[in-house]
Amino acid sequence: MKNSGKVRVLKFYDERCNGCLECMKACSMIHFKTKEGGEKSAIKINKINKKFIMNACDQRGLCLDMCPVGALKRKKSSIVWLDKKICIGCQACIGFCPINAMRKSKDRIEPFKCISCGACIRVCPEKALEFIEKDINDIKEIVYHKQGV
Amino acid sequence: MLEGQIPIEDYESGNTKNKWNLNKIKLEHKTISEYNYIKKDIQKGYANRTLYINLNEGIIKEKKVTEDMKKLFTGGRGFGLKLLWDSIKSNTRWNSNENELIITTGPLCGTTQYPGSGKSLCLTISPSTDIICDSNVGGFFGPYLKFAGFDAVEIQGKAKEDVIIIIDGEKGKISIETAPLEETNSHMISQQLTQMYSSEDDDKSRQKISIVSAGMGAENSYWGCLNFSFYDIRRKIPRLKQAGRGGLGTVLRDKKIKAILTKVEKFDGVSNNPADSVTLAKVGTKLHREIRDLDRYQCNMRAVGTVHLVEIMDEYDLLPTENYRFGSFPKASKLYSQNFYKLFTKIIPDGCWHGCTMACAKTVDHFTVMTGPYKGEKVTVDGPEYETVGCGSNMSIWDPLWVLEFNFYCDTYGLDTISTGTSIAFYMEMYEYGILNKKRCDGIELCFGNAEAVLEVIHRIASGDKGEFISIASKGIRRVKDWLIKNNWGDIGIIEDCGMESKGLEYSEYVTKESLAMQGGYGLTLKGPQHDEAWLIFMDMVNNSIPTFKDKAEALHYFPMWRTWFGLNGLCKLPWNDVEPSNNPKTDDPSKVPEHVQNYVDYQNAVTGWNVDKEELILQSERCYNWQRAMNVWLGRGSRKDDWIPYRSMGPVTVMEYISRRERYDKYLNEKIGISEEKIEKMKIEEKIKIIYDYRQDQYQKLSDAVYYRRGWTPNGVPTPNKMKKLGFTDPKMLKILKDKIITDEKAGLNIWGGKYNNKEKNPNDGIKYW
Repeated sequence: MKNSGKVRVLKFYDERCNGCLECMKACSMIHFKTKEGGEKSAIKINKINKKFIMNACDQRGLCLDMCPVGALKRKKSSIVWLDKKICIGCQACIGFCPINAMRKSKDRIEPFKCISCGACIRVCPEKALEFIEKDINDIKEIVYHKQGV
Repeated sequence: MLEGQIPIEDYESGNTKNKWNLNKIKLEHKTISEYNYIKKDIQKGYANRTLYINLNEGIIKEKKVTEDMKKLFTGGRGFGLKLLWDSIKSNTRWNSNENELIITTGPLCGTTQYPGSGKSLCLTISPSTDIICDSNVGGFFGPYLKFAGFDAVEIQGKAKEDVIIIIDGEKGKISIETAPLEETNSHMISQQLTQMYSSEDDDKSRQKISIVSAGMGAENSYWGCLNFSFYDIRRKIPRLKQAGRGGLGTVLRDKKIKAILTKVEKFDGVSNNPADSVTLAKVGTKLHREIRDLDRYQCNMRAVGTVHLVEIMDEYDLLPTENYRFGSFPKASKLYSQNFYKLFTKIIPDGCWHGCTMACAKTVDHFTVMTGPYKGEKVTVDGPEYETVGCGSNMSIWDPLWVLEFNFYCDTYGLDTISTGTSIAFYMEMYEYGILNKKRCDGIELCFGNAEAVLEVIHRIASGDKGEFISIASKGIRRVKDWLIKNNWGDIGIIEDCGMESKGLEYSEYVTKESLAMQGGYGLTLKGPQHDEAWLIFMDMVNNSIPTFKDKAEALHYFPMWRTWFGLNGLCKLPWNDVEPSNNPKTDDPSKVPEHVQNYVDYQNAVTGWNVDKEELILQSERCYNWQRAMNVWLGRGSRKDDWIPYRSMGPVTVMEYISRRERYDKYLNEKIGISEEKIEKMKIEEKIKIIYDYRQDQYQKLSDAVYYRRGWTPNGVPTPNKMKKLGFTDPKMLKILKDKIITDEKAGLNIWGGKYNNKEKNPNDGIKYW
């Protein structure tokens, strides 16, 4: 499938965030049909040294080459998509994600991740989240190790 | 170089595409026997039944796995031993009708979360050794066999014509069909059958099939390996992993089996139905992260696989060169890993089972074949691994492309690269000494470095050439030694000392001359000289951390037991110590990698729901290990004389070898044996070789004494009934066999320690109770 070459990724304005975690609740609604948030959310807001930090997949796609069964693909919109029906739960993508943005909940063996759906953006009362568009070639990463580090 | 993130559909291997009329081939199949079974879920890692097939009468039946069997034999190789014990006789040989070929899985086999969890264990009576050979292999067959419903498959008897066995987990049906038109060579037949039996014409369906096969070489030699396929959705071909050692493929073809195929309906990350999938995912993810962060600074497995060892072995004088005469060579850098790195196809997950991020199974795509029946075709070569490159250096072949050629043909012909390479290296040395020559080698100029001659030997074997040399050479070093001695073509001492076999099996590719513990690691083994029991060279030789006989014996107890454990569970050993946590050197026992041992404790508990600790893991292995040795005793080959090793593995056989490392050996004579420097200066090389020879032979016997004692065996290497009872075995037949053997040994005066001890030296306490 040919993709567009551009991809929507989340941008976070920490100074606007009030720590209400509505984004995480909205996210777990998308992935698990529950408002629990927490480990069931693909977006994570952490408070470190009085500062809010957001962590979610930036669609760099290093995991694409990790998947042994081809469950990870770039969709037409260029986001990295995990097909639960193909996934065999090996956790390789979780282990190898350099920013630890591939998630795993105790509820099921297959991981999940940010799919740039925008649910978090819509619920944020402070407008601390928005989409920006990036060129895939600028962000894409390759998994194969170079020999000798 | 290929960059990453190429969509799977877009990747092109560049290989020659084979076209067959598969309908026509399939129409020729006649069904010999069929059996329908009820599909059941796996419970905590066990299918709880095994599959028995008898090819003489076309019998197919299920056998129940009892709780007692799990307790005593755990699974995998342990189950294989139990099934063999119930089926063969003490005089069963590899080609006896009742000999079995067994493929087993193990309770952890098929897990996708922890790297290295897709191994099958294969057992049979080996043509090379006349005792049990076990071989650990990757590929999808083991996991699929279990998910199709069986912890093991045992095949007895022989078919009248070529057959394939189909274990269809989709339909719940086993069938034996004749297969007259299929190719025999593995890279071809695995493609044919994958396409023929795939439910749909797509990669997902093809990925749910795995095939075991062995080619024309296996049919015509004792070096037959089994090729286990794993379909690669990117390259769009079934790739191959080998159960190499001991002639398993020879037995497969002797039974007239062209292939065994297994197929699953579906599988996922919890097909094993583990007791605790949350812990499993946690332990697995932790190891993935370690590999992500540390592999590039440690072994570089993800980049070059086991080939990273070549330069290390060369550096430490351990890379076998010219039939183990030397451990390093000026040309060795031509085979260093960077040369293979240039050839490997990159970007692709190279695990031989899903989820293995160690990814050591490297390939070279679109390799142009240079000789033989596939000359000019472009193929995928699976490998080479370190051992195969080591065969290159052992035969003095320094061109990576010829190593690939050797690798490709050995694989597709179903020849074990190790036995083939080590044997040919020995023949080459005999050629150099004139013990063999062109005439005696059926017209082949088999001198060191002649890569084309090596390939000619292989092609002639595969084509069933009946020349005297090819017929005997293809049966391995032991038979060639006997042939050379019978014809009186050379000095018996040279022939026996240079040919690197023990128990009839060829050595794998490490030089052990300066490590006594590793000599034991090859000699004091169950199946023969293979490094999967213990690899102690660095501990012993480089770090000197096991200086005494007692220390070495402890290592030759612990490590063989520990490494056996992987085979009981369907696991690969590599993720244990080919990546280590960054704080490992600071732990109390770095060589054991304590954190990873704990991972395995947690892992086995998480799948099986047991509550074992690390001591229990060793006990599981000890049961299996002693049982296998006891079975070797029963088969007539489990005593001290069978643990003999050739002197080439202990020290310099020839004057040239001595001179090449003169400083080392002169120093050894002075420091270890206590001869003054002045005296050494005046001695002839032959005299010095003899003194080292006698000293090291005695050291090996003393090591054997200490190891037998530590393992709870008699001084003749026989497990005592007392030891067996302590491990929980009550089988009266086995206990009687051991008792009778010990009584016979006693009468023959064999229950004595083998080393010569002076007053200051302690011999192992001989106060063992036998029964």
